[in-house]
Amino acid sequence: MVGPINVREQALSKVATLEEALAYINDGTILMYGGFGGIGSPPTLIEGILQKGVKDLFLIGNDTGFPGVGIGRLVTAGRVRKLVTSHIGSNPNAGEQMYRGALEVEFCPQGTLAERIRAGGMGLGGILTDVGIGTVVEEGKQKVEVNGKEYLIETSLTAEVAIIHAAKADPFGNLTYARSGRNFNPLVAMAADITIVEADEIVPLGALDPEEIVTPGIYVNMVIPSQGVNWKWAWEEKKGR
Amino acid sequence: MGLGREKRPLIARRAAHELQNGMIVNLGIGIPTMVADFVPEGIHVVFQAENGILGYGTSPREGEEDPFVCNAGGLPVTLMDEASYFDSTVAFGMIRRGFLDLTVLGALQVSEKGDLANWIVPGKRVPGMGGAIDLAQKAKRVVVVTEHVSRDGLPKILRECTYPLTVRESVDLIITDMAVIEVTPSGLVLKEVAREYEVADVVRATEAPLFIPEDVGQF
Repeated sequence: MVGPINVREQALSKVATLEEALAYINDGTILMYGGFGGIGSPPTLIEGILQKGVKDLFLIGNDTGFPGVGIGRLVTAGRVRKLVTSHIGSNPNAGEQMYRGALEVEFCPQGTLAERIRAGGMGLGGILTDVGIGTVVEEGKQKVEVNGKEYLIETSLTAEVAIIHAAKADPFGNLTYARSGRNFNPLVAMAADITIVEADEIVPLGALDPEEIVTPGIYVNMVIPSQGVNWKWAWEEKKGR
Repeated sequence: MGLGREKRPLIARRAAHELQNGMIVNLGIGIPTMVADFVPEGIHVVFQAENGILGYGTSPREGEEDPFVCNAGGLPVTLMDEASYFDSTVAFGMIRRGFLDLTVLGALQVSEKGDLANWIVPGKRVPGMGGAIDLAQKAKRVVVVTEHVSRDGLPKILRECTYPLTVRESVDLIITDMAVIEVTPSGLVLKEVAREYEVADVVRATEAPLFIPEDVGQF
Protein backbone atom coordinates (compact mmCIF):
# COMPACT_ATOMS: atom_id res chain seq x y z
CA MET A 1 0.00 0.00 0.00
CA VAL A 2 2.83 2.38 0.82
CA GLY A 3 4.08 2.54 -2.79
CA PRO A 4 0.89 3.65 -4.57
CA ILE A 5 0.01 6.17 -1.86
CA ASN A 6 3.41 7.80 -2.07
CA VAL A 7 3.18 8.03 -5.85
CA ARG A 8 -0.16 9.82 -5.62
CA GLU A 9 1.12 12.07 -2.86
CA GLN A 10 4.17 12.95 -4.96
CA ALA A 11 2.05 13.69 -8.01
CA LEU A 12 -0.22 16.03 -6.08
CA SER A 13 2.30 17.52 -3.66
CA LYS A 14 2.69 21.26 -3.35
CA VAL A 15 5.17 21.09 -0.50
CA ALA A 16 7.92 23.62 -1.18
CA THR A 17 10.73 25.51 0.50
CA LEU A 18 10.65 29.05 1.84
CA GLU A 19 13.01 30.13 -0.97
CA GLU A 20 10.67 28.72 -3.62
CA ALA A 21 7.76 30.55 -2.03
CA LEU A 22 9.60 33.86 -1.77
CA ALA A 23 10.31 33.81 -5.51
CA TYR A 24 6.70 34.94 -5.97
CA ILE A 25 6.97 37.91 -3.61
CA ASN A 26 8.86 40.85 -5.07
CA ASP A 27 8.94 44.65 -5.01
CA GLY A 28 5.44 45.98 -5.68
CA THR A 29 3.63 42.63 -5.33
CA ILE A 30 -0.07 42.86 -4.45
CA LEU A 31 -0.11 40.70 -1.34
CA MET A 32 -3.06 39.52 0.72
CA TYR A 33 -2.43 38.14 4.17
CA GLY A 34 -4.35 36.27 6.82
CA GLY A 35 -4.31 37.32 10.44
CA PHE A 36 -6.07 39.48 12.99
CA GLY A 37 -3.79 41.45 15.30
CA GLY A 38 -1.06 39.11 14.06
CA ILE A 39 -2.92 35.98 15.17
CA GLY A 40 -3.02 33.75 12.10
CA SER A 41 -0.40 35.71 10.16
CA PRO A 42 2.39 33.45 8.85
CA PRO A 43 5.57 34.24 10.81
CA THR A 44 8.09 32.34 8.67
CA LEU A 45 6.91 33.90 5.40
CA ILE A 46 6.89 37.38 6.95
CA GLU A 47 10.44 36.86 8.24
CA GLY A 48 11.44 35.63 4.77
CA ILE A 49 9.96 38.71 3.07
CA LEU A 50 11.87 40.92 5.52
CA GLN A 51 15.14 39.06 4.93
CA LYS A 52 14.69 39.15 1.15
CA GLY A 53 14.46 42.94 1.30
CA VAL A 54 11.20 43.19 -0.64
CA LYS A 55 9.74 46.72 -0.70
CA ASP A 56 6.84 48.81 -2.07
CA LEU A 57 4.35 46.07 -1.22
CA PHE A 58 0.63 46.62 -1.79
CA LEU A 59 -1.01 44.84 1.13
CA ILE A 60 -4.63 43.79 1.56
CA GLY A 61 -5.66 42.45 4.96
CA ASN A 62 -7.59 43.10 8.13
CA ASP A 63 -5.15 45.20 10.14
CA THR A 64 -1.49 46.14 10.55
CA GLY A 65 -0.88 44.00 13.62
CA PHE A 66 1.37 45.48 16.26
CA PRO A 67 4.75 47.15 15.58
CA GLY A 68 6.70 43.91 16.08
CA VAL A 69 3.90 41.43 15.50
CA GLY A 70 2.53 39.84 12.32
CA ILE A 71 2.33 41.90 9.14
CA GLY A 72 3.12 44.90 11.36
CA ARG A 73 6.78 43.94 11.04
CA LEU A 74 6.72 44.73 7.29
CA VAL A 75 4.95 48.04 7.93
CA THR A 76 7.39 48.98 10.69
CA ALA A 77 10.33 48.20 8.38
CA GLY A 78 8.89 50.58 5.74
CA ARG A 79 8.32 47.82 3.15
CA VAL A 80 4.72 48.75 2.40
CA ARG A 81 3.59 51.43 -0.07
CA LYS A 82 -0.15 50.87 -0.11
CA LEU A 83 -2.67 49.20 2.13
CA VAL A 84 -6.35 48.24 2.02
CA THR A 85 -7.41 47.48 5.58
CA SER A 86 -9.92 48.11 8.37
CA HIS A 87 -7.71 49.03 11.31
CA ILE A 88 -4.20 50.38 11.93
CA GLY A 89 -4.73 51.60 15.50
CA SER A 90 -2.55 48.98 17.19
CA ASN A 91 0.48 49.83 15.03
CA PRO A 92 1.46 53.52 15.46
CA ASN A 93 4.09 53.15 12.70
CA ALA A 94 1.32 52.74 10.14
CA GLY A 95 -0.36 55.99 11.19
CA GLU A 96 2.94 57.85 11.30
CA GLN A 97 3.87 56.70 7.77
CA MET A 98 0.40 57.55 6.52
CA TYR A 99 0.66 61.13 7.78
CA ARG A 100 4.15 61.45 6.35
CA GLY A 101 2.76 60.40 2.97
CA ALA A 102 4.94 57.27 2.82
CA LEU A 103 1.99 54.89 3.09
CA GLU A 104 -1.30 55.12 1.23
CA VAL A 105 -4.18 53.64 3.24
CA GLU A 106 -7.70 52.79 2.07
CA PHE A 107 -9.99 52.04 5.01
CA CYS A 108 -12.88 49.66 4.71
CA PRO A 109 -15.37 48.46 7.36
CA GLN A 110 -14.17 45.06 8.51
CA GLY A 111 -17.19 42.99 7.46
CA THR A 112 -17.23 44.68 4.08
CA LEU A 113 -13.49 44.05 3.63
CA ALA A 114 -14.01 40.36 4.38
CA GLU A 115 -16.86 40.16 1.86
CA ARG A 116 -14.90 42.04 -0.82
CA ILE A 117 -12.10 39.50 -0.48
CA ARG A 118 -14.53 36.60 -0.50
CA ALA A 119 -16.22 38.05 -3.59
CA GLY A 120 -12.82 38.16 -5.28
CA GLY A 121 -12.24 34.55 -4.33
CA MET A 122 -15.69 33.51 -5.51
CA GLY A 123 -15.31 35.11 -8.93
CA LEU A 124 -17.81 37.90 -8.27
CA GLY A 125 -17.46 41.56 -9.22
CA GLY A 126 -18.51 42.90 -5.85
CA ILE A 127 -21.19 42.95 -3.19
CA LEU A 128 -24.13 45.12 -2.14
CA THR A 129 -24.21 46.32 1.47
CA ASP A 130 -25.79 49.12 3.46
CA VAL A 131 -22.94 49.18 5.99
CA GLY A 132 -21.37 52.62 6.01
CA ILE A 133 -24.23 54.48 4.33
CA GLY A 134 -24.42 57.94 5.90
CA THR A 135 -20.68 57.99 6.68
CA VAL A 136 -17.52 58.81 4.70
CA VAL A 137 -17.43 55.14 3.68
CA GLU A 138 -19.99 55.87 0.98
CA GLU A 139 -17.88 58.62 -0.63
CA GLY A 140 -17.06 57.92 -4.27
CA LYS A 141 -19.08 54.71 -4.32
CA GLN A 142 -21.98 53.83 -6.57
CA LYS A 143 -25.36 53.32 -4.89
CA VAL A 144 -28.16 51.08 -6.10
CA GLU A 145 -31.71 50.49 -4.96
CA VAL A 146 -32.77 46.85 -4.73
CA ASN A 147 -36.26 45.93 -3.53
CA GLY A 148 -36.73 49.42 -2.13
CA LYS A 149 -33.50 49.42 -0.09
CA GLU A 150 -30.41 51.45 -0.77
CA TYR A 151 -27.03 49.71 -0.98
CA LEU A 152 -23.43 50.60 -1.72
CA ILE A 153 -21.64 48.69 -4.43
CA GLU A 154 -18.42 47.46 -2.88
CA THR A 155 -16.04 46.04 -5.46
CA SER A 156 -14.30 42.70 -5.06
CA LEU A 157 -10.63 42.40 -4.16
CA THR A 158 -8.04 40.01 -5.54
CA ALA A 159 -4.27 39.80 -5.22
CA GLU A 160 -1.23 38.39 -6.94
CA VAL A 161 -0.14 36.43 -3.89
CA ALA A 162 -1.81 35.42 -0.62
CA ILE A 163 0.11 34.30 2.45
CA ILE A 164 -1.73 32.03 4.86
CA HIS A 165 -1.18 30.45 8.24
CA ALA A 166 -2.69 27.01 8.76
CA ALA A 167 -2.63 24.61 11.67
CA LYS A 168 -2.47 21.53 9.44
CA ALA A 169 -1.93 21.11 5.73
CA ASP A 170 -1.68 17.97 3.66
CA PRO A 171 0.54 17.92 0.54
CA PHE A 172 -2.43 18.75 -1.74
CA GLY A 173 -3.01 21.93 0.32
CA ASN A 174 -6.13 20.91 2.22
CA LEU A 175 -6.14 23.11 5.32
CA THR A 176 -7.34 23.40 8.87
CA TYR A 177 -6.77 26.55 10.90
CA ALA A 178 -5.58 27.46 14.37
CA ARG A 179 -8.62 28.44 16.43
CA SER A 180 -9.05 32.27 16.29
CA GLY A 181 -6.15 32.26 13.81
CA ARG A 182 -8.68 31.34 11.12
CA ASN A 183 -10.15 34.87 10.64
CA PHE A 184 -9.21 36.14 7.14
CA ASN A 185 -7.07 33.12 6.18
CA PRO A 186 -9.69 31.02 4.34
CA LEU A 187 -10.85 34.15 2.50
CA VAL A 188 -7.50 35.41 1.23
CA ALA A 189 -6.63 31.78 0.38
CA MET A 190 -9.27 31.90 -2.36
CA ALA A 191 -8.63 35.40 -3.69
CA ALA A 192 -5.06 35.36 -5.04
CA ASP A 193 -3.36 34.05 -8.18
CA ILE A 194 -0.78 32.29 -6.00
CA THR A 195 -1.67 31.09 -2.51
CA ILE A 196 1.21 30.18 -0.23
CA VAL A 197 0.46 28.36 3.00
CA GLU A 198 2.68 28.17 6.03
CA ALA A 199 1.55 25.22 8.14
CA ASP A 200 2.40 24.34 11.72
CA GLU A 201 2.10 20.71 10.73
CA ILE A 202 2.26 19.03 7.31
CA VAL A 203 0.43 15.72 7.48
CA PRO A 204 0.33 12.89 4.91
CA LEU A 205 -2.34 12.81 2.23
CA GLY A 206 -5.38 11.12 3.75
CA ALA A 207 -4.56 12.13 7.33
CA LEU A 208 -7.13 14.93 7.38
CA ASP A 209 -10.78 13.95 7.67
CA PRO A 210 -12.48 15.54 4.62
CA GLU A 211 -15.16 16.68 7.08
CA GLU A 212 -12.71 18.87 9.01
CA ILE A 213 -11.04 20.54 6.01
CA VAL A 214 -11.86 24.27 5.90
CA THR A 215 -9.98 25.23 2.73
CA PRO A 216 -9.91 22.66 -0.08
CA GLY A 217 -6.47 22.18 -1.61
CA ILE A 218 -7.54 23.45 -5.04
CA TYR A 219 -6.95 27.00 -3.81
CA VAL A 220 -3.41 26.33 -2.60
CA ASN A 221 -0.27 26.54 -4.74
CA MET A 222 2.45 25.96 -2.15
CA VAL A 223 2.79 24.57 1.35
CA ILE A 224 5.84 25.32 3.46
CA PRO A 225 6.60 24.22 7.01
CA SER A 226 6.31 26.91 9.72
CA GLN A 227 9.22 27.64 11.99
CA GLY A 228 6.73 28.99 14.54
CA VAL A 229 5.90 32.42 15.91
CA ASN A 230 9.07 34.49 16.31
CA TRP A 231 7.57 37.56 17.98
CA LYS A 232 6.30 38.36 21.46
CA TRP A 233 2.56 39.00 21.64
CA ALA A 234 1.45 42.39 22.95
CA TRP A 235 -0.08 40.81 26.08
CA GLU A 236 3.23 39.06 26.83
CA GLU A 237 5.14 42.34 26.52
CA LYS A 238 2.75 44.02 28.96
CA LYS A 239 3.38 41.34 31.54
CA GLY A 240 7.12 41.59 30.92
CA ARG A 241 7.34 37.93 30.01
CA MET B 1 -7.60 65.44 33.38
CA GLY B 2 -7.25 61.95 31.92
CA LEU B 3 -9.26 59.02 33.02
CA GLY B 4 -7.69 57.38 36.05
CA ARG B 5 -6.90 53.73 35.40
CA GLU B 6 -9.05 52.70 38.31
CA LYS B 7 -12.06 54.31 36.63
CA ARG B 8 -11.95 52.05 33.61
CA PRO B 9 -13.05 48.98 35.60
CA LEU B 10 -15.74 51.16 37.19
CA ILE B 11 -17.19 51.95 33.76
CA ALA B 12 -16.86 48.34 32.63
CA ARG B 13 -18.56 47.08 35.78
CA ARG B 14 -21.51 49.43 35.25
CA ALA B 15 -21.74 48.43 31.59
CA ALA B 16 -21.87 44.77 32.64
CA HIS B 17 -25.19 45.52 34.35
CA GLU B 18 -26.69 46.00 30.88
CA LEU B 19 -26.20 42.26 30.23
CA GLN B 20 -29.27 40.04 30.35
CA ASN B 21 -29.58 36.27 30.23
CA GLY B 22 -29.22 34.77 26.77
CA MET B 23 -27.92 37.89 25.06
CA ILE B 24 -25.37 37.65 22.23
CA VAL B 25 -22.87 40.43 22.97
CA ASN B 26 -19.90 41.94 21.15
CA LEU B 27 -17.37 44.04 23.06
CA GLY B 28 -15.18 46.64 21.34
CA ILE B 29 -11.50 47.25 22.07
CA GLY B 30 -10.42 49.07 25.26
CA ILE B 31 -12.82 49.58 28.19
CA PRO B 32 -15.52 47.44 26.46
CA THR B 33 -13.18 44.42 26.48
CA MET B 34 -13.09 44.53 30.29
CA VAL B 35 -16.86 43.97 30.53
CA ALA B 36 -16.34 40.20 30.04
CA ASP B 37 -14.58 40.10 33.42
CA PHE B 38 -17.49 41.77 35.25
CA VAL B 39 -20.49 39.66 34.25
CA PRO B 40 -22.83 39.75 37.27
CA GLU B 41 -23.48 36.52 39.21
CA GLY B 42 -26.32 34.53 37.69
CA ILE B 43 -26.19 36.26 34.30
CA HIS B 44 -25.31 34.10 31.30
CA VAL B 45 -24.56 35.75 27.97
CA VAL B 46 -22.69 34.62 24.86
CA PHE B 47 -19.80 36.87 23.88
CA GLN B 48 -18.99 37.15 20.19
CA ALA B 49 -15.54 38.30 19.07
CA GLU B 50 -15.45 39.47 15.46
CA ASN B 51 -12.08 37.79 14.94
CA GLY B 52 -14.02 34.55 14.90
CA ILE B 53 -15.16 33.23 18.28
CA LEU B 54 -18.72 32.85 19.53
CA GLY B 55 -18.81 31.89 23.19
CA TYR B 56 -15.72 33.14 24.98
CA GLY B 57 -15.45 33.76 28.71
CA THR B 58 -13.22 35.58 31.17
CA SER B 59 -9.48 36.21 30.86
CA PRO B 60 -7.42 33.08 31.54
CA ARG B 61 -5.18 32.76 34.58
CA GLU B 62 -1.60 33.82 34.02
CA GLY B 63 0.33 31.00 32.42
CA GLU B 64 -2.80 29.43 30.91
CA GLU B 65 -3.08 31.74 27.90
CA ASP B 66 -3.45 30.30 24.39
CA PRO B 67 -2.10 32.90 21.91
CA PHE B 68 -4.53 31.52 19.32
CA VAL B 69 -7.60 32.00 21.52
CA CYS B 70 -7.89 35.76 21.75
CA ASN B 71 -10.56 38.45 21.54
CA ALA B 72 -10.61 41.17 18.89
CA GLY B 73 -8.21 43.27 20.97
CA GLY B 74 -5.62 40.49 20.80
CA LEU B 75 -5.99 39.56 24.47
CA PRO B 76 -6.24 35.90 25.50
CA VAL B 77 -9.66 34.66 26.57
CA THR B 78 -11.12 31.38 27.80
CA LEU B 79 -13.80 29.40 25.98
CA MET B 80 -17.27 28.49 27.19
CA ASP B 81 -18.85 25.11 26.43
CA GLU B 82 -20.88 26.55 23.55
CA ALA B 83 -17.84 28.06 21.78
CA SER B 84 -17.26 27.89 18.03
CA TYR B 85 -14.69 29.31 15.60
CA PHE B 86 -15.43 30.78 12.17
CA ASP B 87 -13.95 33.04 9.52
CA SER B 88 -14.41 36.81 9.27
CA THR B 89 -17.26 36.71 6.74
CA VAL B 90 -19.30 34.54 9.11
CA ALA B 91 -18.36 36.80 12.03
CA PHE B 92 -19.80 39.79 10.20
CA GLY B 93 -22.66 37.87 8.64
CA MET B 94 -23.91 37.33 12.19
CA ILE B 95 -23.55 41.02 12.86
CA ARG B 96 -25.25 42.24 9.66
CA ARG B 97 -28.14 39.81 10.10
CA GLY B 98 -28.91 41.43 13.45
CA PHE B 99 -28.02 38.50 15.71
CA LEU B 100 -26.14 40.75 18.13
CA ASP B 101 -28.41 41.81 20.97
CA LEU B 102 -25.88 44.24 22.35
CA THR B 103 -22.59 45.83 21.42
CA VAL B 104 -20.44 47.86 23.79
CA LEU B 105 -18.19 50.32 21.97
CA GLY B 106 -15.70 53.04 22.85
CA ALA B 107 -16.17 56.63 21.67
CA LEU B 108 -14.29 59.75 20.69
CA GLN B 109 -17.54 61.73 20.49
CA VAL B 110 -21.26 60.97 20.89
CA SER B 111 -24.07 63.32 19.93
CA GLU B 112 -27.43 63.92 21.56
CA LYS B 113 -29.04 62.21 18.57
CA GLY B 114 -27.03 59.06 19.16
CA ASP B 115 -24.44 59.67 16.44
CA LEU B 116 -21.10 58.04 17.26
CA ALA B 117 -17.59 59.03 16.13
CA ASN B 118 -14.88 56.60 17.14
CA TRP B 119 -12.45 55.87 14.32
CA ILE B 120 -10.67 59.02 13.22
CA VAL B 121 -9.34 62.26 14.72
CA PRO B 122 -8.83 64.29 11.55
CA GLY B 123 -5.26 65.44 11.12
CA LYS B 124 -4.09 63.62 14.23
CA ARG B 125 -4.89 59.96 14.53
CA VAL B 126 -6.61 57.42 12.33
CA PRO B 127 -6.97 54.05 14.03
CA GLY B 128 -9.51 52.95 11.42
CA MET B 129 -13.04 51.72 11.90
CA GLY B 130 -12.29 48.01 12.27
CA GLY B 131 -15.68 46.41 12.85
CA ALA B 132 -17.20 49.41 14.59
CA ILE B 133 -19.35 50.61 11.68
CA ASP B 134 -20.80 47.14 11.08
CA LEU B 135 -21.47 46.69 14.81
CA ALA B 136 -22.84 50.15 15.57
CA GLN B 137 -25.16 50.04 12.58
CA LYS B 138 -26.45 46.49 13.03
CA ALA B 139 -26.49 45.51 16.73
CA LYS B 140 -29.95 45.69 18.31
CA ARG B 141 -28.66 47.83 21.17
CA VAL B 142 -25.55 50.04 21.20
CA VAL B 143 -23.98 51.01 24.52
CA VAL B 144 -21.08 53.44 24.45
CA VAL B 145 -18.51 53.41 27.25
CA THR B 146 -16.09 56.31 27.48
CA GLU B 147 -14.42 58.80 29.75
CA HIS B 148 -16.87 61.67 30.14
CA VAL B 149 -14.41 64.30 28.88
CA SER B 150 -11.37 64.01 26.59
CA ARG B 151 -7.75 63.98 27.77
CA ASP B 152 -7.73 67.73 27.15
CA GLY B 153 -10.78 68.14 29.36
CA LEU B 154 -13.13 68.80 26.45
CA PRO B 155 -16.68 67.43 26.44
CA LYS B 156 -17.17 64.27 24.40
CA ILE B 157 -20.98 64.24 24.65
CA LEU B 158 -21.96 66.92 22.17
CA ARG B 159 -24.86 68.48 20.29
CA GLU B 160 -23.18 67.39 17.05
CA CYS B 161 -20.07 65.26 16.51
CA THR B 162 -17.28 67.17 14.77
CA TYR B 163 -15.26 64.08 13.76
CA PRO B 164 -16.31 61.84 10.86
CA LEU B 165 -19.08 59.50 12.01
CA THR B 166 -19.03 55.80 12.63
CA VAL B 167 -22.81 55.66 12.61
CA ARG B 168 -25.83 57.97 12.69
CA GLU B 169 -28.56 57.87 15.35
CA SER B 170 -27.73 54.45 16.69
CA VAL B 171 -26.41 54.81 20.25
CA ASP B 172 -28.92 53.82 22.96
CA LEU B 173 -26.97 54.36 26.18
CA ILE B 174 -23.81 56.22 27.24
CA ILE B 175 -21.86 55.04 30.30
CA THR B 176 -18.98 57.19 31.57
CA ASP B 177 -16.94 57.61 34.73
CA MET B 178 -19.44 60.35 35.73
CA ALA B 179 -22.85 59.27 34.51
CA VAL B 180 -25.22 56.95 32.73
CA ILE B 181 -27.13 58.76 30.00
CA GLU B 182 -29.94 57.41 27.83
CA VAL B 183 -30.36 58.59 24.26
CA THR B 184 -34.07 59.17 23.54
CA PRO B 185 -35.84 60.64 20.51
CA SER B 186 -36.31 63.87 22.48
CA GLY B 187 -32.70 64.10 23.69
CA LEU B 188 -30.33 62.89 26.38
CA VAL B 189 -31.76 61.78 29.72
CA LEU B 190 -29.53 61.58 32.80
CA LYS B 191 -30.25 58.21 34.43
CA GLU B 192 -27.46 57.84 36.99
CA VAL B 193 -24.58 59.83 38.44
CA ALA B 194 -21.37 58.28 39.81
CA ARG B 195 -20.99 58.54 43.59
CA GLU B 196 -18.03 60.90 43.28
CA TYR B 197 -20.06 63.53 41.41
CA GLU B 198 -23.11 65.80 41.65
CA VAL B 199 -25.66 66.31 38.88
CA ALA B 200 -24.24 69.80 38.33
CA ASP B 201 -20.76 68.34 37.63
CA VAL B 202 -22.22 66.13 34.92
CA VAL B 203 -24.17 68.98 33.35
CA ARG B 204 -21.02 71.12 33.29
CA ALA B 205 -18.97 68.38 31.62
CA THR B 206 -21.61 67.67 28.96
CA GLU B 207 -22.01 69.98 25.98
CA ALA B 208 -25.36 68.57 24.87
CA PRO B 209 -28.42 69.50 26.93
CA LEU B 210 -29.43 66.89 29.53
CA PHE B 211 -32.93 66.19 30.75
CA ILE B 212 -32.74 65.68 34.52
CA PRO B 213 -35.56 63.52 35.85
CA GLU B 214 -36.46 63.66 39.55
CA ASP B 215 -35.24 60.15 40.22
CA VAL B 216 -31.60 60.21 39.05
CA GLY B 217 -29.91 57.06 40.35
CA GLN B 218 -26.39 56.51 41.65
CA PHE B 219 -23.69 54.00 40.70
